[in-house]
Amino acid sequence: MRTELNTLRTTPILSVKTESPTVKTFTLTDKLCAKAQPGQFLMLWIPQVDEIPLSIMNTEGNTVAVSVKAVGDATRHLHQMKKGDTVGVRGPFGNSFTETRGKVLLVGGGTGTAPLLFLAKRLQAASKRLAFVIGAKTKNELLFISDLNHVCPEKSLITTTEDGTYGLQCLVTEPLTRLLAEQNFDMIYTCGPELMVSKIFALAEQHGVPVEASLERLMRCGIGLCGSCVIGKYRVCKDGPVFNSSQLRQVKDELGISKLGFDGNRIPV
Amino acid sequence: MNSNPLNVRIAGLKLRNPTLLASGILGYTAESLQRVVEGGAGAVVTKSVGVAPRMGYANPTVVQASGGLINAMGLPNPGIEEYADEIIHAKTVVQAPLIVSVFGYSADEYALVAKKAVEAGADAVELNVSCPHVKLTGSEIGQNPKLLKEVVSKVKAAVRKPVIVKLSPNVTDIAETAKAALKAGADALTAINTVKALAIDAETALPVLSNVRGGLSGPAIKPVALRCVYDLYEQVKTPIIGCGGITTWRDAVEFFLAGASAVQIGTAVALEDPDVFQAVNRGVETYLKKKRYKSVQEVVGVAHRT
Repeated sequence: MRTELNTLRTTPILSVKTESPTVKTFTLTDKLCAKAQPGQFLMLWIPQVDEIPLSIMNTEGNTVAVSVKAVGDATRHLHQMKKGDTVGVRGPFGNSFTETRGKVLLVGGGTGTAPLLFLAKRLQAASKRLAFVIGAKTKNELLFISDLNHVCPEKSLITTTEDGTYGLQCLVTEPLTRLLAEQNFDMIYTCGPELMVSKIFALAEQHGVPVEASLERLMRCGIGLCGSCVIGKYRVCKDGPVFNSSQLRQVKDELGISKLGFDGNRIPV
Repeated sequence: MNSNPLNVRIAGLKLRNPTLLASGILGYTAESLQRVVEGGAGAVVTKSVGVAPRMGYANPTVVQASGGLINAMGLPNPGIEEYADEIIHAKTVVQAPLIVSVFGYSADEYALVAKKAVEAGADAVELNVSCPHVKLTGSEIGQNPKLLKEVVSKVKAAVRKPVIVKLSPNVTDIAETAKAALKAGADALTAINTVKALAIDAETALPVLSNVRGGLSGPAIKPVALRCVYDLYEQVKTPIIGCGGITTWRDAVEFFLAGASAVQIGTAVALEDPDVFQAVNRGVETYLKKKRYKSVQEVVGVAHRT
């Protein structure tokens, strides 16, 4: 590990963009995180509150952006913060998606779409054959629609909502069954709720398509030390967060099933 | 008889090499402990386990300092009732001696957890009487020779497996603490736990760790740990396991020369990788050959010339 990456840097919030009623994107100046690859994450310190892992959604010049859903104490505090407020950053940490030249399928659930959007921007140059499926409960929870329309080739973006208020009315996994039956993909990239990821992995295995999935676990140190985020023999923070099909096969007893809680006990996902 | 020069025996434990995983690093699950064994560790020490589950502190729990890390995890653990199942599982998965780190808020609690850990299959216990950031346990016990003696006595009475005592450097005279533990029957000593420390962020004018105070580990504390091992070797006959900033084979050799019979590695698992154990062992083996030593044991304490 390069210790400079783990050294805490404080930086003002450069801008805040509201993506949906529960999701905001925060842009920060940080030279090290600005060099992050799609799939990597950073640790964000919210002074006097908490420090949390966040997938990197974009980099530009000396800046880095993260999209955050208000789900708990830390994220709700962060949502109250404004441009100019100070936060701390460590990272970027973890591995990244490998960039495939062939025909690729990206499947994002919720804020899990953020690192895939970052990846799609990189793949654009390499792969013209790209399909993107995103899902949410309802229309106003669908994220990054205009960015995705910009990045994805025509008709290659499929949206699903559980209540049918936008796109197809179904779970994000449903159009996959059809896509995988009709077309040959060289790679599926996915990030989102773990149950979704495990279903997608199972579908991909049926069709013999390799997968790279970004996983989420309770994380503390972010540098492979504390063991809070382990799945099987892997540390999500250091060996991941992106895992390929052969690694996912090795952790199938835990994927979508169990994880460690704050006290290190195994609990259901 | 051509025995492997890396083999060591400590308090009856046979290790295939002199490197152990230090407590607190990974160490919740059997699979992550076995990963460290695959990385070359000769034995593993689990996370510290107490009577009841503990969530640990809010983040930040780790902060980078010059030459090391300061952590205040807050002893997160599932409690011995739950953890006993993981120990049983670990005994089927982990292919090296399994040492369970134990803490409590009283001598009876230490004894209870140690007993249950051994019943579940622990090959030895290491008493955490040196964690610098949780009140009423850890170093608050290890810094008090009378309390320490009581804890070690009760644990010794409760289990028939080796009892290792992990010492705090945050004392005036580490040999005094060690002698208290040994009088009560400790079979080996680990020196040292982290050095009590603090990090402040200038911009926000705030302490960084949620618990404010934590423990410094990594290369920054190696000279302190080395001095502690050297001091102990002069005054006690019991095997010493060196711990504090060991990252390379050269670090390990320095600890053997100071008087350690084996070493624990923790922070380097993050600085390097779980395979750091292999790298250290390979280097130690080369050193032994080059210097014509037949075993690690022959190197122990060689730096004491007077």
